[in-house]
Amino acid sequence: MPGGVILLLILGVILLWLVVSYNGLVRMRLRVREAWAAIDVQLKRRYDLIPNLVNTAKGYLKHEREVLENVTRARQQAIAASGPREQARADNQLTQTLRSLFAVVEAYPDLKANQTMASLMEELTSTENKVGFSRQHYNDSVLAYNTALQSFPTNIVGSVFSFQPSEFFQVEEAAERRAVKVEF
Amino acid sequence: MTFHEQIAANRRNSFLLVAAIAALTVVIGAVLGQQYGNGPTGVGIAGALIVIMSLVAYFAGGRIMLGVSGARLLQKHMDPVLFNVVEEVAVAAGIPPPAVYVIEDTALNAFATGRDPLHAAVAITRGLRQKLSRDQLQGVIAHEISHIRNRDTLYTMMVGVMVGVVAMLCDSMLRRTFWGPPGRRRLELKGRSYSGGGQAGGGAQALFVILGLVLGILAPLFAKLLQMAVSREREYLADASGAALTRYPEGLASALEVVAGDKEILEGANRATQHMYIVNPIHEFEERASALMATHPPIQERIRRLRSM
Repeated sequence: MPGGVILLLILGVILLWLVVSYNGLVRMRLRVREAWAAIDVQLKRRYDLIPNLVNTAKGYLKHEREVLENVTRARQQAIAASGPREQARADNQLTQTLRSLFAVVEAYPDLKANQTMASLMEELTSTENKVGFSRQHYNDSVLAYNTALQSFPTNIVGSVFSFQPSEFFQVEEAAERRAVKVEF
Repeated sequence: MTFHEQIAANRRNSFLLVAAIAALTVVIGAVLGQQYGNGPTGVGIAGALIVIMSLVAYFAGGRIMLGVSGARLLQKHMDPVLFNVVEEVAVAAGIPPPAVYVIEDTALNAFATGRDPLHAAVAITRGLRQKLSRDQLQGVIAHEISHIRNRDTLYTMMVGVMVGVVAMLCDSMLRRTFWGPPGRRRLELKGRSYSGGGQAGGGAQALFVILGLVLGILAPLFAKLLQMAVSREREYLADASGAALTRYPEGLASALEVVAGDKEILEGANRATQHMYIVNPIHEFEERASALMATHPPIQERIRRLRSM
């Protein structure tokens, strides 16, 4: 085989590798962004479920008004929060108030037996779990992306085309992800 | 081993095993081709057979599986907790939630089907649904969804097709060895030339004949053993990937314990579908199936690996 053809073949293989690596990095970076947006979807769902929950519980929890008010206030703050750090703190706070509410509900069998309340609590518990899982998925995507950016030989493509690594999502409270487990 | 390490190890092993089956198929193709006097063509035919049969099986899809097992599609209002559990795992995996089916059987089992996350379904028996806690249920669902994410239906099908091709080629090869090319005179075992094609000397041909005989008898068995090994490796992989999704390996470990304690046979399952289930549905005692021929690894070993994460 003439030398020229071999050279062309080698160049072709290199070009192919370049294309595959670049596209791989693009795909992973997009996945990170998608995962970040998915967290907001779950958070929003949680905000939307809470007013209903508070209303249903209000009639039964006449003597526990403070718990309900805490939940409502924490929700307002979480919606109004700006910036990821403040947002994370406000969400943690909201989770705490919800846990207190769930604990209180345990003591009121009438309220527990209420079908609407039961299904609302299941939805809210599930949404808490989903918030946690969506953050986990975001971190998993960041890990995959950052690892590819640092590994040889993909790191060459990464630096040539200026791919930036992403930041992990951190929660201050380690136990935050294992949300309230309400088993009826 | 952490689940990341286990996942890496399992993927590597699966890849090596499948490569072994592919190599075996190609070798058989070459030998058969040589009998016809043209080795490379044999390889080409083996390759083409694999591709064609794979495409056909790929699009036939999970619908057959669901039909055969008698599964019923669920709507959210029928079982909101199960739906939520599935959705939570889907969020952790970053995929759209698969369709959920229930199999009206008191046996304890579950399976997943679908060639990729966009066309996926999970099915669970009524018995399993009732016996497991939320965490255990989530462990099982995470295992099933991991099968989908790891493209295990694709994997299993590819391997199955290759094993089938190996069997077909060996059959053809053995037949030619014993009966000679179609339409020509029968094989004579005492020193005459065997196949047609008029190629090089009798010595080389005789060698290929013997090789053909040995391969023809041993290769299908060997391919089967490799297939079972791949199946077991993918089960371990699904266990580890599932644990990585829930970050709670104890969920699946304790679910497997519950299942291990129950000896009931699942009625809709048979040899063709056994490998798809989370535990082998047709062997009453896991130990009875010899370790090499089992589609699933022993439950105790699975539990041990999960608890060591």
